[in-house]
Amino acid sequence: MTTPQFAIPRPGLRWLPVWRRNFLVWRKLAIPSVLGNLADPLIYMLGLGYGLGGLLPQVNGVSYVSFLAAGTVVSSTMNAATFEALYSAFSRMHVQKTWDAILNTPLSIDHVLSAELVWAASKSLLSGLAILVVIAALGLTHSWLALWVIPVIFLTGLAFGALGLIVCALAPSYDFFMYYFTLFITPMMLVSGVFFPADQLPAIVHGVANWLPLSHAVLLARPLLLGEVPANALGHVAALLAVAGVAFYVASVLTRRRLLK
Amino acid sequence: MDTLSTADALRVVQLRKSYDANEVVAGISFSVPPGTCFGLLGPNGAGKTTTLRCCLGLTQPNSSEITLCGEPIPARANTARNRVGVVPQFDNIDPDFTVAENLLVYGRYFGIKDAVIRSRIPELLDFAGLGGKDGARIQTLSGGMKRRLTLARALVNDPEVIFLDEPTTGLDPQARHLIWDRLKQLTARGKTLILTTHFMDEAERLCDRLAVIDHGHMVTEGAPRELIATHIEPHVVEVFGDEVATWARSRHTLGERLEVAGDTAFFYCRDTAPLLAALADEPALRYLHRAASLEDVFIKLTGRELRD
Repeated sequence: MTTPQFAIPRPGLRWLPVWRRNFLVWRKLAIPSVLGNLADPLIYMLGLGYGLGGLLPQVNGVSYVSFLAAGTVVSSTMNAATFEALYSAFSRMHVQKTWDAILNTPLSIDHVLSAELVWAASKSLLSGLAILVVIAALGLTHSWLALWVIPVIFLTGLAFGALGLIVCALAPSYDFFMYYFTLFITPMMLVSGVFFPADQLPAIVHGVANWLPLSHAVLLARPLLLGEVPANALGHVAALLAVAGVAFYVASVLTRRRLLK
Repeated sequence: MDTLSTADALRVVQLRKSYDANEVVAGISFSVPPGTCFGLLGPNGAGKTTTLRCCLGLTQPNSSEITLCGEPIPARANTARNRVGVVPQFDNIDPDFTVAENLLVYGRYFGIKDAVIRSRIPELLDFAGLGGKDGARIQTLSGGMKRRLTLARALVNDPEVIFLDEPTTGLDPQARHLIWDRLKQLTARGKTLILTTHFMDEAERLCDRLAVIDHGHMVTEGAPRELIATHIEPHVVEVFGDEVATWARSRHTLGERLEVAGDTAFFYCRDTAPLLAALADEPALRYLHRAASLEDVFIKLTGRELRD
């Protein structure tokens, strides 16, 4: 069935071969890819955490590096999912025409996009997990509740993967992605409580920031790493799910418009 | 054999497609019986690729009635594509994979089990003249090899119908001949081929029937020999030389039709004797006497002006 432009995506499970395709490519470059994903956020976390943290008293009742750990997990999750849904997906769609090749088979855009979404979330899961392991190894978390961060990572990856696929569907070239980073990702990192408590910000900024998906991820991950059950956990989960669902729908409509001309 | 085997592999009725006010396909109809090769010919921008995309259900037509492998398109295009192979105009092989991995990964999109695909790979590669290249990286393949791999990939699901969009554009003569040979083998095995091409010799050689389309309209349709016989005089004499235009125009009655393009005059003739006699007295002019070809039909029907 050819999907009408505004239909709700119903991919079933036939997207799995497309996910496996991306996995097979990744497997060939797995070690440099994991090291690359791990090095950058760890340098920030350890540099800022211990360097800057040495100058600071406790933040929200814990050492700065412990405070920063949760922010690092979710922000590197966001970055991994975003990069995959922007640059890598765009390469497959626009440069290599991998999607065109797939669309000549019984699979449709819904299958391709679902696979890209789950793939972006899978890669971000790997990134987030790697950092979680380092955090545990450094003794920055002590609670089994920290394991609940794993689904939070995946959910965060889905939300940012879906948002990234919207940008991918709109992009005329790679240069376009710079706007998304400069206007959305970077400001969001600064107002969502990754590096410092968001309530340090003017009330209006804090109010807006509360609506951003990264804030919800931070508000889930930070208490869990510190061994506490997050306040309003269901609300944050629902917010991330809503972002993922709505953004994926918008990305589907835009991608159909772009490719099924 | 199922009951559909006697029906047309592809049937297109009154296909129309516009982009804004621009009608790219303006009411094209044709049908392709199973086991035959059908060619869509036309200048750049004639609507060939749009027609193919509509047949595959990748482009939503404004109106049409299309049946592919017995399935209505676009309503059941995904199902129809299970039994279809596509060789796109530009190779889109996965550069990160080896030759064999490309076939394996592509076969999975059809829901074929890995073991089944793996068992087909040697035969597919042999067919494409890529035997023993299983582990080769894509970057090490020549243009012709990539094209053949694309053909092998289009056969991974053992399709009944194969769409080929300009299958030999950009290939050297050896590679073209190899592709032609393989396409003939495919029709001999009962596969249906639908191809677009700019090469008239290719169309003449491969196609049982073909349609010339231009500006979205079908200009003519028929078997290649039949089109030549219907549309054009049997002989062509091409005369080259300085001042050929003036010379030719003053003797236009020596052929049924005369066309001058640059420093060449094309005489289309039923009887060439008077023209050849006249040319014998003109040592400054060179000429080529040949049988009329599909290219002459094409030029007559679509004109000589350049298309973008």
